[in-house]
Amino acid sequence: MSTDIGLWGIPVAILGGAIRVSTPFLFVSLGEVLTERSGRINLGLEGTLVFGAMSGYATAVLTGSAWAGVLVAALAGAVFGLIHGIICSLPKVNDIAIGIAMMLFGTGLAFYFGKPFIQPVAPHLPAIPLGFWSDLPQLQAALEVNVLFVVGLALALGMSWMFRATRIGLILRVVGDSTDAARAMGLRPAVVRTLATACGGAFAGVAGAFLSLYYPGSWNEGLSSGQGLMAVALVIFARWNPIACFGAALLFGGAGALGPALQSVGVSSGYYLFYAAPYVLTLGVLIATSSPTRAMAGAPGELSITK
Amino acid sequence: MSLSRRRFLNGAAALSGAALTSGLPLMARAAAPLTIGFIYVGAKDDFGYNQAHAEGAAAVKAMEGVTVVEEENVPETIDVQKTMESMINLDGASLLFPTSFGYFDPHVLTVAPKYPEVRFEHAAGLWHDGLPTNVGSYFGYIGMGQYLNGIVAGHMSKSKKIGFVAAKPIPQVLLNINSFLLGARAVDPTITCQVIFTGESSLAVKEAEATNALCDAGCDVITCHVDGPKVVIQTAAGRRAYVCGYHANQSALAPDKYLTGAEWNWAGVYTGMVKSVLAGETLPNFMRGGLTDGYVKMSPLGPAVTPEAKAQFDTTLAEIMKGGYAVIKGPLNDNKGNVILKDGEMQVETDIALESMGYLVEGVVGSTS
Amino acid sequence: MADQAIIGSAWGQWLPALARKSEAVVIPMAALVLGLGLFGLFLMTQGKSPVEFMAIVWKGAYGSAFSLQNTLSRAAPLLLSALCVALPARLGLVVIGGEGAIVLGGVAVGAVGPHLAAVPAVLALPLMALAAMAMGALWIGAAGALRYYRGVNETISSLLLAYIAIALMNHLVEGPFRDPASLNKPSTFPLADSLRVGNMPGMDVHWGLAFGVVACIFSWVLIDRTTWGFAARIAGGNVRAAQVQGLPVGRLILGFTALAGAFAGMAGFFEVTAVFGSANASLASGYGYTGILIAFLARHNPLAIIPVALLLAGFDAASGLIQRRMDLPDATIVVLQGFVFLVILISDAAYGRFKLFAPERWSVR
Repeated sequence: MSTDIGLWGIPVAILGGAIRVSTPFLFVSLGEVLTERSGRINLGLEGTLVFGAMSGYATAVLTGSAWAGVLVAALAGAVFGLIHGIICSLPKVNDIAIGIAMMLFGTGLAFYFGKPFIQPVAPHLPAIPLGFWSDLPQLQAALEVNVLFVVGLALALGMSWMFRATRIGLILRVVGDSTDAARAMGLRPAVVRTLATACGGAFAGVAGAFLSLYYPGSWNEGLSSGQGLMAVALVIFARWNPIACFGAALLFGGAGALGPALQSVGVSSGYYLFYAAPYVLTLGVLIATSSPTRAMAGAPGELSITK
Repeated sequence: MSLSRRRFLNGAAALSGAALTSGLPLMARAAAPLTIGFIYVGAKDDFGYNQAHAEGAAAVKAMEGVTVVEEENVPETIDVQKTMESMINLDGASLLFPTSFGYFDPHVLTVAPKYPEVRFEHAAGLWHDGLPTNVGSYFGYIGMGQYLNGIVAGHMSKSKKIGFVAAKPIPQVLLNINSFLLGARAVDPTITCQVIFTGESSLAVKEAEATNALCDAGCDVITCHVDGPKVVIQTAAGRRAYVCGYHANQSALAPDKYLTGAEWNWAGVYTGMVKSVLAGETLPNFMRGGLTDGYVKMSPLGPAVTPEAKAQFDTTLAEIMKGGYAVIKGPLNDNKGNVILKDGEMQVETDIALESMGYLVEGVVGSTS
Repeated sequence: MADQAIIGSAWGQWLPALARKSEAVVIPMAALVLGLGLFGLFLMTQGKSPVEFMAIVWKGAYGSAFSLQNTLSRAAPLLLSALCVALPARLGLVVIGGEGAIVLGGVAVGAVGPHLAAVPAVLALPLMALAAMAMGALWIGAAGALRYYRGVNETISSLLLAYIAIALMNHLVEGPFRDPASLNKPSTFPLADSLRVGNMPGMDVHWGLAFGVVACIFSWVLIDRTTWGFAARIAGGNVRAAQVQGLPVGRLILGFTALAGAFAGMAGFFEVTAVFGSANASLASGYGYTGILIAFLARHNPLAIIPVALLLAGFDAASGLIQRRMDLPDATIVVLQGFVFLVILISDAAYGRFKLFAPERWSVR
């Protein structure tokens, strides 16, 4: 049985890593695109993601159904988003600060209620074996695609279409670009933003459920290493474009697989530097594609972080 | 205005009065039963390092005449110094078990001289003459357990490649990796061990990615040295690789694929230490023990283990139980080609040199920096 | 009658000013009490006594000399990391990567310090501090420079730079700079005893606290009392207007981000010289992220950072006692912080709502 594929292991691992690791980034950043396009920023999605991971896992343990877990995680995320949205509708309240406090709140609650669920084993979400045509176990494993990944891709395409061609997309864009213009059109910006934040929170909750119910597929307090925060930052990188979010998430996930993959083929010194690859790569692309003259093309006009 | 100020002053007096009276039971408590503090770097139920210690603490809690206080998720910063001092000052603890590697230098060594009447017992530290005498360090020779893991892995591996997910290249981890490979090589000298360092003792996604990378590289038996092995065990078993456990018994996570595991037995160690303290004895500053002393134990062999593997496992275990068994023995080269030990030289488990190991042996694919 | 008496006295001049000023104290204090109250309700749903809880928090955070010094020790790095957020915020920049400057400041000290064992401390310590500040200034200044010259959003660049800094630190501490004798906690070579920063006289709190307080006061003077600070505030309000007025926006951005990074670098300096004695991975312990929260709670006012940091550090100091005495998980204190800080931030909406704090509206009945 020859399964040694040598250096071919690296691209296969990057492919597999991109598919496995990218999903949480994808969901959080899509949710954040929705929120930010409406003119609000929710920096607290890390807390939502962690709470989603815990509540999803706990539900799956208690009910025996991983999908019930995803549903509960999405609902919990929506509640967190709703709280953020309602609070930020008050005058003079800073959405960035509320986001940071919500991050603390979500993480704290998740750790508080999550203690009894560190040990039990929950059912995992199913995967689609897209690598059935190959004899290579490596490729089969790399192409084992989770349903949520496919859902995420569909969401990215759907959102892109929504922003371009639907009334909801138009409303979101108008509200995000100018509160005054939105009011003139008879829209209620606070309501639109609150709903967009709630929806974004639901997405982040699902991202958490992916972490705890599929990959790595376990609940513990070290489960998220800042994916939620990073994904929010990736939205700026993706310039508020859902399809670009998909690309950014894949890039980030794939680059993250580089470190372990290189070690597995014997390139083993300086692994910390390889682990920094996703960050270096993102920064490099960001510097290369930015320009001081057209500072933030695509940025919603009402967004506090880019004003 | 003046009214509210008076009220404030009254309140302050009441508060300081409260502080005074609450100080009294503290004094009284010092003479009462022994208060023991356990400090963990992670969650108490991580299926791994911290859980193993917390199970030991639970056994101590059940003893007569002791009060146990615990704190989890204490980082290796000034936080742990203040936690130790808080346990001493506010709970009256006189015996402390700060259990994480990184607590020792500088934190235990900073706090201990301030409290000469308190005993600090640190896991894995290397006490030597010149360090405070109220500090002790204890640990178990769990490398022997990884050697036994390696023997079973050597029998079970078809690809002749086994894998190790490691946190950081520190001596305890390097000894475990080397022992795992040498165990496998005692079965088949052509076996190699691939190691991947995650760089952190607890980082779930990276541990899963490392496990997948090992499986992609063709490793078919996998073990680890990270704080909580749950993710590694589950991911490896999901990739249909065999797994060997570490820290605690993880067989419930992968009943079919779990071969055996190197476990701590802190319950026995801690209750023994506390019994000595209650009897008024002074604990030795340097305590170590292995399989023979009950510091370390092996998980029961899993259903997949072949009779040949079981036979060699049993005979080796019996040899080890006789004492003086050496895993690290010449001729031995590191994986850069340097000679570590010449033919005839050996380092038995109690050899202190093993605790500053800085190399990976020949046959391990990986690098220490 | 009463009105006349008040107006006739010195109170007539002082009271309106006092009322106006007190708004910024009374509202957050009321919010703090409300937040604690809400958390109390949460505790009651968990079957625990809020009264016992608060008593333990008081005891563990402020209630004795030991507890107070525990709190002060924890506050020291938080003051500096909060400044790393508050200073750029005056220019309208949201910098969330202070952790990177702390970590690399510490590594700089760990790299330089061991070579200075023969140098007298009066010379060596400032050199080490300079190295830490330079490293921190470089790191956060880079985010500022990328913003000014390339239009790269500083929020994402500073976060990415922080992750890169942590990776660099791990690489250096376990690779090129590692002391082979640091066995199970890879670290740089230890500093000589003469180069360790000790405690302040009569206290069990290191000098980092004093430095942090001075840095906060210095920053307040800089922002509130100098033309530089004034220019920064204008630029923060509207960059284009500032440029039209001929303000050196580029130099302001570079200067403020570099200074912010230098302060965070000093937090790393004190971690290494006062706590660790060498640089190691524990430098990345999240102070940079806690600083973001503190700066926003203090509304980027450097003086307000001091009480907020003391509040947060106090909660942290009490956390252990809560675990031990009430058998509650360690995350309880994080939940408490979540409640309290949310309510304090929501209370921003209450400013200007109460006649009590607006003397010009007193006569309106």
